[in-house]
Amino acid sequence: MTLEIDLTLERPGGFRLAARFNAPSRGVTALFGGSGSGKTTVLRCVAGLERARGHCRVKGETWQDAGRFLPSHRRPIGYVFQEASLFPHLSVRANLEFGWRLVEPGGRRIVFDEAVELLGIGALLTRATARLSGGERQRVAIARALLTSPRLLLMDEPLSALDHASKEAIIPYLERVFDELGLPVLYVSHHPDEVARLADHMVLMEGGRVRASGEAADLMTRLDLPLARFDSASAFLDGQVAGHDDTFHLTYLDTNGGRFTVPREDLEIGKRARVQVHARDVSLSLTDHHDTSILNILPARVLDTQDLDPAQLIVRLGLEDGQNLLARITRRSGVALGLHEGMPLYAQIKGMALVG
Amino acid sequence: MTFDWTPVWLTLKLAGLTTILLLLLGTPLAWWLARTPCRCREWVGALVALPLVLPPTVLGFYLLLMLSPTGPIGAATAALGLGTLAFTFPGLVLGSVLYSMPFVVQPVRNAFEAVGTRPMEVAASLRASPLRSFFTVALPLARPGLLTGAVLGFAHTVGEFGVVLMIGGNIPGETKVLSVAIYDHVESLEWTQAHWLAGGMLVFSFLVVVAMYRLERHLGRAAP
Repeated sequence: MTLEIDLTLERPGGFRLAARFNAPSRGVTALFGGSGSGKTTVLRCVAGLERARGHCRVKGETWQDAGRFLPSHRRPIGYVFQEASLFPHLSVRANLEFGWRLVEPGGRRIVFDEAVELLGIGALLTRATARLSGGERQRVAIARALLTSPRLLLMDEPLSALDHASKEAIIPYLERVFDELGLPVLYVSHHPDEVARLADHMVLMEGGRVRASGEAADLMTRLDLPLARFDSASAFLDGQVAGHDDTFHLTYLDTNGGRFTVPREDLEIGKRARVQVHARDVSLSLTDHHDTSILNILPARVLDTQDLDPAQLIVRLGLEDGQNLLARITRRSGVALGLHEGMPLYAQIKGMALVG
Repeated sequence: MTFDWTPVWLTLKLAGLTTILLLLLGTPLAWWLARTPCRCREWVGALVALPLVLPPTVLGFYLLLMLSPTGPIGAATAALGLGTLAFTFPGLVLGSVLYSMPFVVQPVRNAFEAVGTRPMEVAASLRASPLRSFFTVALPLARPGLLTGAVLGFAHTVGEFGVVLMIGGNIPGETKVLSVAIYDHVESLEWTQAHWLAGGMLVFSFLVVVAMYRLERHLGRAAP
């Protein structure tokens, strides 16, 4: 844990931020919460764009504490705003070079051409920024931030201004950036699916405070937190591509808890992949059926349950490898099965999708 | 009849110098007015805008008092060995700077406000110091406002009369600018001379306004 953040801030309107959390120095940490939860404010304070009290330490370097406040331009950050915010008076290349030139050649850890290649913007370099699509603009903005060789990348809902198609098109670029550069990222989002696809770690914000922080997959399935109660509540499971079935057009994914079968995706064998399983697509059975159309049936154990409404309840299941699943079933079924903590049973998964 | 070009050159010199000074002084002032959270902002803004509503003779009158040997500015310049500025070209420049200030500060301030804080935040996140951000981001983005301000400041100084008459008088080659020269010619019934100068001013003013509109349209289209 090498991002140590403890910030408080009061705004005239009555908003109070008191955010305290640690995050790992590798991987993506999502700052998740509804609007007004303070997630963007945390990001702006970490960037030094707003002045909060408290401290902010990144990889052993103090950016801010009682007697010290590094201004934004002295913090080794990359910041990607919600709207790309490219400089309209500069070409794409000049936008990219703006920050790159301000980093001493000896301190540059990202090569210009590498960043251009990573985000696939080679063909855009000579264009005026006004002639780019939303997705292109955001890719340029990400490359521009990376070219300052940041030690921490801050992203404020970088996909929220994009339409669905552009969003889908840009996510693979983001995944490449996160995988290949291995730098820590604080990623603000209010989209559970986006968080699940991109983040490893999560800080759940509510009313200016940190409600919980930890592994993203864990927080998404915790029944005491709001995410598991969402209509679209899902669990996310990590595995490895084990093989493909060409006859039936399927892909096999191995986890320590069992093998999943999903509609075929062109992925290399051995590559890590993540699947999303909606709580509404999971049903429970006391026996391991083979006379069913459902392909994915895994042994699991009931961890806990909670009523969602008078008719439904949500069940958190532990798989054999320690990953969790959510199942939403009727209360009547719960009573009929005699659900109780620690009970072994089989989770039948009607549908799931690879998300990255 | 020989045409006396002296008032024309003097006017252009005065307007040019005033515009340069106004851009140098007015731009930081406009930036401050656009950005400061200070409550005094509206008061300072009102002070800068005052010449818009004040009769030029009122401004001229107070300037004359301050520039006189017993006035604060006059005493200071005298103590510095510069003499007093009343009825001199430098005095005219000072008066013009004050009188034309709102015509430069207002458009530049509007332009800075339109630029907003986001580009400056982006620049800071890209390692640019506040000073560098100002010169490489804020100024280029506010260019339409700066151009409008420069043109308006120049044109307004060319047309100034009341302040000049109060603090500059009518010294040929020193303070006798175009507008005063026209007044002079009319007073002494030299209609031909007055016609040439007045007609020239009319054409010049018209061209300035046309140029401004075209410039604004062009920049408006070029903007994102």
